[in-house]
Amino acid sequence: MFKARIEVTLKSKILDPQGKAIESSLRNLGFTKLSKVRTGKNIDIVVDEPDAEKALELAKSACVKLLANPVTEEYEGELFDMSGKSVAKFSSSNSSRSEVKVKS
Amino acid sequence: MTGKVGVVVFPGSNCDMDAYNAFGSVLNQKVELIWHKETSLSGVDVVVLPGGFSYGDYLRAGAIARFSPIMTEVIKFAAKGGLVMGICNGFQVLVEAGLLPGALLRNANLKFVCKQVYLRTETTSSPFTSGLEKGQVLKVPIAHGDGNFYADESTLKSLEDGDQIVFRYSSLNGEITPDSNPNGSIHNIAGIVNARRNVLGMMPHPERASEQILGSAQGKAVLKSVVQSLN
Repeated sequence: MFKARIEVTLKSKILDPQGKAIESSLRNLGFTKLSKVRTGKNIDIVVDEPDAEKALELAKSACVKLLANPVTEEYEGELFDMSGKSVAKFSSSNSSRSEVKVKS
Repeated sequence: MTGKVGVVVFPGSNCDMDAYNAFGSVLNQKVELIWHKETSLSGVDVVVLPGGFSYGDYLRAGAIARFSPIMTEVIKFAAKGGLVMGICNGFQVLVEAGLLPGALLRNANLKFVCKQVYLRTETTSSPFTSGLEKGQVLKVPIAHGDGNFYADESTLKSLEDGDQIVFRYSSLNGEITPDSNPNGSIHNIAGIVNARRNVLGMMPHPERASEQILGSAQGKAVLKSVVQSLN
């Protein structure tokens, strides 16, 4: 078994209105040195698969098929064993929707 | 002649009955509600994906509904040229399903916007607008938090070049201005069709503007176009 932690964020060229709102609030609080706030979401998943390679493929496939929208979002993920040791990293820049078989 | 309209009901749909009423009581068509777990469209001529908040908009609006069992049939139906109309959340489901290009982002001002807007008809060359006039302005409501249409430059160019932009947010007089854009949509886009022109997605609600008692009956012309195109 493994754990996957995935961060989904909007692509940098896409406006993040939540980030803008947070930034403006930070400025109002006097944090004038803080800028370029971007938000995202964090998704934690348990992967019930003994083989690390296969677990990695499953986590990547979940990102491609459902967790991130390739039009607007990118993702970065990390796979950990159950003791919390990092096993692998993956991201939208090294896996694409087309290379994974999507059942229709 | 009457056609048969199928309105898909997802958990969290809330404009399904509006579509049912508009096509059924106002336009005298046969209408059927189709639960999203169904695996057959049972011979309908038009599929409507209604407005609402399917699955609470969790993950991304439309992202989970897009994998409902009925969507496999909707994708097949569209591939055969069947008419599919996605309104509001239905539009979000269609872009998530890849039946329409682009994406719908959080409104630029972060607000949920619920009000009457004006739409300018950009093309009459579609089954959804064939009964309208080019440039015709319609008063129709919107009610969404994620209606900010986005497409990358090449997609946008192909939408513009292919005459696939059906409605833009405009002023009462049909001017396309930043002030008339309620959500930050690129090029004021409110509705598009696919290249084959049988799949429409629009954020505004023509079905909620189908009778004067609702504040406007000007959306009825869109639904009427659909019905006429079945004849």
